[in-house]
Amino acid sequence: MSETESSTSEVGELSRRPGRERGRDDGKFGRYGGQYVPEALMPAIEELADAYRRYVLNNEDGFMDEFRERLADFGGRPTPLQRADRLSERYDTEVYLKREDLLHGGAHKLNNALGQVLLAKYMGKERIIAETGAGQHGTATAMAAAHLDVPCTIYMGERDINRQRPNVFRMKLNGSEVKPVTTGRGTLKEAISETMRDWAETVEDTHYVIGSIVGPHPFPVMVRDFQAVISEEAREQAIEKTGGLPTDVVACAGGGSNTMGAFADFVDDESVALRAVEAGGSTLEVDEEAGVAPNSASLYAGEEGVLHGARTKLLQDSDGQIMESHSVSSGLDYAGVGPELAYLVDEGRVEPVAVDDDAALEGFHRLSNTEGIIPALETAHAFGYLEEHHEELGERVVVNVSGRGDKDLDAAIEETDKRDLPNAPDMSMFTGGI
Amino acid sequence: MADRSAEPAAGNSEAVAAAFADGPAYVPYLVVGDPDYESSKAYVEALDRGGADVIELGLPFSEPIAEGSTIQEALVRSLDAGMTPERFFAFAEEAEVDAALVCMTYYNLIYQYGSETGPRPFVERAAAAGIQGLVVPDLPAEEADPLREACDEFGLDLVFIVAPTTRGDRLDRMMGNVSGYVYVQARLGTTGARDDVSDQTTASLDRLREYDVPKAVGFGISSGEHAERIVAGGADGIIVGSALVDVVAEGVAEDLSTEDVADRLEALSRELKDGAERGYRSRTEPVESA
Repeated sequence: MSETESSTSEVGELSRRPGRERGRDDGKFGRYGGQYVPEALMPAIEELADAYRRYVLNNEDGFMDEFRERLADFGGRPTPLQRADRLSERYDTEVYLKREDLLHGGAHKLNNALGQVLLAKYMGKERIIAETGAGQHGTATAMAAAHLDVPCTIYMGERDINRQRPNVFRMKLNGSEVKPVTTGRGTLKEAISETMRDWAETVEDTHYVIGSIVGPHPFPVMVRDFQAVISEEAREQAIEKTGGLPTDVVACAGGGSNTMGAFADFVDDESVALRAVEAGGSTLEVDEEAGVAPNSASLYAGEEGVLHGARTKLLQDSDGQIMESHSVSSGLDYAGVGPELAYLVDEGRVEPVAVDDDAALEGFHRLSNTEGIIPALETAHAFGYLEEHHEELGERVVVNVSGRGDKDLDAAIEETDKRDLPNAPDMSMFTGGI
Repeated sequence: MADRSAEPAAGNSEAVAAAFADGPAYVPYLVVGDPDYESSKAYVEALDRGGADVIELGLPFSEPIAEGSTIQEALVRSLDAGMTPERFFAFAEEAEVDAALVCMTYYNLIYQYGSETGPRPFVERAAAAGIQGLVVPDLPAEEADPLREACDEFGLDLVFIVAPTTRGDRLDRMMGNVSGYVYVQARLGTTGARDDVSDQTTASLDRLREYDVPKAVGFGISSGEHAERIVAGGADGIIVGSALVDVVAEGVAEDLSTEDVADRLEALSRELKDGAERGYRSRTEPVESA
């Protein structure tokens, strides 16, 4: 009993760390956040907010203890903080990699998926639904659902299904049902809308596992708290390995879950610069006529609006219709972003930067051939940023390697073949050349 | 901000109040601009001829999270044909109808309209176009203060949707803020025509009995017989969307003339309105003893 008590107070202390208080009570981050959902979903998100307080913040029934134990045993935490020798030399600064690509499943997504599926069980829900873009959140949710023995349905845009077939197989192998979404352009935002529709009908016995720090309260704070283990570890590891805090933390940003996870415990360390790298796509120019923003840079180029349950920064036209976003990486391909990141950008605490498709692909190849790590195309944006902006960085940089690139090999070969990249190997044998 | 709790039944719009004042209200919904501007004007005018008391005009948003597939596809048809908030207001000004007009749309379009931040410019423009009220399915009462203030300023009603899961404090808060009528969602889920009349409807009407505001039931009503049963069960009005949008969709699929589709909409409207009136009479006239 005394053992439980001591671990409870330890976990309680962790969940009350500075930097994680924002938004917990009412889901508001300054002018952002809130609960803009159909009335039928309000009781469900109120029930969820209550469960979040009880189980996540107060460790009721030992929820956080079980979560941490499963993250270690099933997920493989903690992940290493590794010095990147070649990049450190290249940029004449200490570059450290937070290796979330080594988490079970190959991406940071499991932190959140495992937390929410476990929470659903504590809440007595009998079914899991989730949306997925790149398939990373879908595969993480499918793994967590299989691990915890809960039936699971994943909604995925048809276009994303075609871009990410291996992840579709992985979800099915783990026993999840994958439902294609054919509306709109068939990407993440349509999949989110479709999953919300399912939830509106099944809310009484179903939990919706949102994949990022987006959506109505309490999702943004809850997902942040599950992902904050990244910065919690990275902060301790940095102090232990280098004797101090990093000067910069760099993470790619789509919806923003790896970003906020990597930033959370550094937000109150004012000396640490937080840099959110968005997908600049092919250009930051917007085609209002066609309703297309050929990028996904909602922090950098978006404007305030309401989408998928929250007020945040969005890519939208002057009427308020949501734009079709674009990125070479489907995991960043989203027209919105977490409300907490929108707030931290307005406050000047997080600096948003955009890196285009070309620079991301160069970053993909650079990390692959100099450090022996094939990053996800999402993650590759952070390395594109390093190359373009390393002169602005301090002497000790932590980059969050949010996922590995195995899922992206087909896309990487195809996109590399379209371009004349100085640092890419000859891939023509795979694309019908030679 | 105005405290409406002292006068929950007071509506801002006299036209909406009149629609519910005398017998059951028939409240049809169509998407403006579906499948194109001129056809949908003929369709809305057909609803009016068919006996509409209030017409809910859908202004399409690109991410309609509360709609089922029928209405979602109609919203896409309208957007593809070039619908914008400005054209929507022009439509409201041009449509020749006697029914009160209510705009149903998502909050981002209301929030973004005009040069000034916030919902006020949209409400001001809507009032000028003759719109009498708003239904905003992704705006719960908790987030509605700025919009309610604007509606009070310009004399529009703000209609809330009560779900089968809405109870207790939330229901009280909503009833304190609602004006015009309350949209009683007949069952969980998104919009779409169904064959059954849910027990959830009866339960919702029972919960709402103590609140002095007209109760219009929607979600899944598709025939005169449905309308009759729902009004007989205590509803003050019926809201019909998907069943009418289905008629428009069939017109598109079968390449029917605008006149044919308008005739069908008028006929279905008469059936629904007649059903509602039969249901109302069954409540007010004593049942003959056997």
